Amino acid sequence: MLLGEEDCINEEGEFVINIGPQHPSTHGVLRLKVWLDGETIKKVEPHLGYIHRSIEKMSESFSYRQFIYITSRMDYLSAHMNNQACALVVEKALQVEVPARAQAIRIILCELSRLSSHILWFASAGLDLGGVTPFFYAFREREAINSIMEETCGARLTQNFMVPGGVITDLQPDFPKRIKEVLKQFKDNYHEYNEILIGNVIFQNRMMDVGVLTKEDAIALGCTGPVARASGLSCDIRKLYPYDGYEKLKFDEILVTGGDSWARCQVRMAEMLQSVNIIEQLIDNIPEGEFVAKTKNVLKLPKGEFYQRVETARGELGVYIVSDGSATPYRCKYRSPNFANLSAIPHISKGHKIGDLIAIMATIDLIIPDIDR
Amino acid sequence: MGVKDKLEFPGQIHETPDGGFMVTQLDAVINWARSNSVWPLAFGTSCCAIEMMHTVNAKYDWSRFGFEVMRATPRQADLIIVSGTIVMKMAPVLKRLYDQMPEPKYVIAMGACTISGGPFFYNTYSVVKGIDHIIPVDVFVPGCPPRPEALLHSMIALQEKIKNDAYFRKQVDKK
Amino acid sequence: MTNEELKNNITQVFSAVTFDETGEFLNVIIPSEELLPFMKVLRSTKEFNFDYLFCLTCVDWKDHLMMVYFLNSKTHNHTIVVKAKITDTINPQIESVYDIWKTAELNEDEVFDLFGVKFLNHPNLRRIFLEEDWVGYPLRKNYVDEHMIEL
Repeated sequence: MLLGEEDCINEEGEFVINIGPQHPSTHGVLRLKVWLDGETIKKVEPHLGYIHRSIEKMSESFSYRQFIYITSRMDYLSAHMNNQACALVVEKALQVEVPARAQAIRIILCELSRLSSHILWFASAGLDLGGVTPFFYAFREREAINSIMEETCGARLTQNFMVPGGVITDLQPDFPKRIKEVLKQFKDNYHEYNEILIGNVIFQNRMMDVGVLTKEDAIALGCTGPVARASGLSCDIRKLYPYDGYEKLKFDEILVTGGDSWARCQVRMAEMLQSVNIIEQLIDNIPEGEFVAKTKNVLKLPKGEFYQRVETARGELGVYIVSDGSATPYRCKYRSPNFANLSAIPHISKGHKIGDLIAIMATIDLIIPDIDR
Repeated sequence: MGVKDKLEFPGQIHETPDGGFMVTQLDAVINWARSNSVWPLAFGTSCCAIEMMHTVNAKYDWSRFGFEVMRATPRQADLIIVSGTIVMKMAPVLKRLYDQMPEPKYVIAMGACTISGGPFFYNTYSVVKGIDHIIPVDVFVPGCPPRPEALLHSMIALQEKIKNDAYFRKQVDKK
Repeated sequence: MTNEELKNNITQVFSAVTFDETGEFLNVIIPSEELLPFMKVLRSTKEFNFDYLFCLTCVDWKDHLMMVYFLNSKTHNHTIVVKAKITDTINPQIESVYDIWKTAELNEDEVFDLFGVKFLNHPNLRRIFLEEDWVGYPLRKNYVDEHMIEL
C-alpha cells in the first residue's frame, strides 16, 4: 500500500495520519501511523522496513572477520559497541584471551562513543521540541570527539576498530593527552547543557508526566538502556554481566523511578558524567603490552550456538550466532535495543496529544537502521 | 579553488555622470542568484545523515556557501542530498519526494550506498544498487560516510554546474 | 536458581522435554504444540517467574524450523533458552506468546516476515519489513532472488 491511499477519516470519526517515513522528528525513516480523536492519540502503529538492508542475511555469507564491519552501520552512533559485541562472541567461541591493553582501549573508545551518542541525543531532543541552539552547542563537543576517533581509528563515524582478539592497531602516542583535552572541554561546558535546555522551564513542562512507562511494562516490552533505567529497572549489562574488564571499574548505574520523559532525560544527562568517570579511571593506566591476541587467519567457530550481549548507548545488544563449524555463520541474529524500545512508543503515547508524541520519540531516542537491520 | 572570484557579480557596471547602468546576461545573473541560495531538503536515512548534520554545524557551516537553511518539506527545497542507503521499500518514497520538489531541482548522492549499494552490494535482497536507478543524480560523493569537506566540495561543484547552466534559455527554447 | 535446579523443576512439571547443556545457557527443546502451556507455566510459576523475553528468533535447519526464545527472570536472575521445533516447513505455524510477553508482538512479526512462520492468535500479523507483495521469505535457506548478487 502506498502512503496516503487509505482514508483519512474512518467510520468511527478517527483521523488517521502518517508521520514519516520522511519527517524531521523521526530521526530517520520511521513511519508511524497514528489514529487521532481530535488531537488525542488513540492508537499508534509503527511501520518499518524503510531502511531494511538485510544485514542478517549478509552476515551469513561473510567470514567471522568480515561480518563485524557491516554491524557498524546498524547503530552507527554506537559503532564501537556493535563491533565489540561481534568480536566478543567470536572470542567467546574460540576461547581467545584478550590482552589487558586491548580491553582498556576498547572500554575507553566505547565510553567515548556512548558520550558522543548521548550528546547527539541532547542535540536532537532540543531540535525536536523547537530549540535550535542546543544543536550547535552539542556538535561542538561531538566534533572534538570525532577528531579523536579519526586520529585513532581512521574514521569519524563507522570506525570498525575492534577485531576478534583485540583492536586493529595501537594507539597513537598523544592519545591520552587528546582525550584529557576533550574531557576537560566537555566538563567545562557541561553546565551549559543544563542552562540551555535541561533547566529550561518550557522544556521541563513538556517532558514531565509525558509518556510514563512503568517498571512492569518496561520488563514486558523488553525495554533496556536509559529507557528502562528511567523506570527504575536495573538492566545495565556492564553491571549485570560484565565483559571486557568492566568488573574492575567503579561506576554507578543510574536509576530513576519516574518513568516519564523527564526521567529519561535525567538518566542520559547523568550517564554522560559516568562515561567521563570511566574514561578518567583508565586513561592514565592503560596497561602496556600487545594490543591484539594472536588468532588464526581463517577463523572457524566450533559447532554450536553463542550469545553475547553488550550495553550500547541505547540498551542491550545481543548477538546470537549459530555455527555449523564452517568459516561463515549459519545464522546470525542481532537482538537490537531499539527494536524493543520502539514497542514502548505505541504503549506509552496513548491518550497524549500529538505534540507529546514528538517529545516521547525524542526521549526514546531511536536509531532506525538498528531497528530494521 | 578560486571560489571567491566566482562569487563576484557576473556583469559590468558602467558609471555615468547621472548614476550608472549595468550590463549582464539574464542567464548569468539568474544563475548567480540561484547558485548562492540552494536550499537542501532535510532528508537522511542512515549514517551519512550524521555527517550531513556535522556539515551544517559551526565547524564546517555550509551556510557560508549559500546552503542557508534545511527545509523539512520538499516544496521549499531545491536540492535533495540523499544521505544513506535506499532500499526497495523506500524507493517510491524517494521518487515521490523528488517529484514534489519544484523545478529546477538538483540531487547529490552522498556515500557509497547511494552510488552503487556500497557495502550492501553483495548478498542483499532489499537494497537499491545506486539511486540513479530511481532519480537523476547531479553529483556523486564517495565515502562511507564521506567527510564533511567532501560533501562541501560536492556542493561547490554543484554551484559550478548551476552557474554554467542555461536553464531559463532552455525553457524558452522548449516553447 | 541454578541450571540443575531448573532442570529438576521443569521435568516435574513437563515430562516431554529434552535438555541440552552444551552452550552457555540451559536449552529446553519442546514440541511446538506444547509451547504455549509450557511458556505459561514458566511465566506464572513463582519459582521460575521468567518475566523478560529478551530475544526471539528462528533458525532454518532446512528440514525443520527451530523457534528460539531467550528468557530471563529479573527477580531470580536465571536464564533459559526454549526451543520449539516446527517440522512442517511448507506451512509452518505456532502459537503466539504475545499474551505472555508484549515484546513478542513485533518480534513475531519479524519472524513471520523473514521466515514465514504463521503465529496463531497474534493480534496483528503482518509483513513488518518487506512489502506486502514480496515473494518468499528471505532468511530461509532455500530463498532465491534473481536480483541478489552472490559474493
